[in-house]
Amino acid sequence: MAQSFESSCSPLSVALSPLTTDQPLSLPAIPFRELLPWLLFGGLMMLLVLYFVGAEQGATSLIQGSTVHEFLHDGRHLLGYPCH
Amino acid sequence: MIRTLLLRGMLVGVVAGLLTFAFARVTGEPQVERAIAFETSHDHDHDDSPEPVSRATQRTFGLLTGVVAYGASIGGLFGLAFAAAIGRIGVKEPRALSLLLAAVGYTAIVLVPQLKYPANPPAVGNPDTIGTRTAAYFLLIAFSIAATVLSLQLSRRFVTRFGSWNGNLLAIAVFLLIMLPVSCFLPKIDEVPADFPASLLWRFRIAAFEIQAVLWASQGLFFGWLTQRSLLRSRL
Repeated sequence: MAQSFESSCSPLSVALSPLTTDQPLSLPAIPFRELLPWLLFGGLMMLLVLYFVGAEQGATSLIQGSTVHEFLHDGRHLLGYPCH
Repeated sequence: MIRTLLLRGMLVGVVAGLLTFAFARVTGEPQVERAIAFETSHDHDHDDSPEPVSRATQRTFGLLTGVVAYGASIGGLFGLAFAAAIGRIGVKEPRALSLLLAAVGYTAIVLVPQLKYPANPPAVGNPDTIGTRTAAYFLLIAFSIAATVLSLQLSRRFVTRFGSWNGNLLAIAVFLLIMLPVSCFLPKIDEVPADFPASLLWRFRIAAFEIQAVLWASQGLFFGWLTQRSLLRSRL
């Protein structure tokens, strides 16, 4: 299954496509091998930000006190995270 | 390619976050203020020690920071999800794919989890159960994302076998078959004080749905527009 994606993913296929305007625009698939590290790193970074916006000094606390909680208080409520 | 999509996703996420902040400031903040007024009028043993962050800061810079950080992080992941989706989903046109992904993201990350655990204004929620509530909420989001990825992958096989209408309906049915029991078996949480105004609770929760809708819709529309434009230019 993976080969069929890779065979259609050369950037040339976009560049060499005819210049007609009614031609549907489409991009080639990016192979999973190339996607995986980005997805892993991006996923981890996103979890970290979501943790700070959504849960730090609420359910668990890495930094002492309640300043982070209080600073992000309104965003936490309005974005739907449990706050207190 | 992935680099461009990730950067574009995060930048669009910041812009979407700014729009969302403006929207939340107008629609959400009055509800937060009213709920805090209710909280202080009912909290008889309220300590008068100064708050570490003032209300003025909470509703401006605090809200701005939270929403923009959230937007940038959702936006970055949106860019990566878009990179994974191109060429693997029936929708080919970049701007249509972008809007579809935004709708799928909103459903998976906001709509489905918040139908079970809706947003709560200040004064609603027992501080002693914050651990359980947070764990259950994040667990439901994780299940919802996993079920979405699974049903998107299955949809490709279903579509080749049963045609595009029936195949897509079947993929949605798989998502529902996973999420209905998961939602059902996660703990039920209802900590609304007996005399909390029903209309205020309703307006707060609707505002929370709308705020997320503004974020996801602007992410999907702007990202799709920019991707479409850059693809058109690269052809000329």
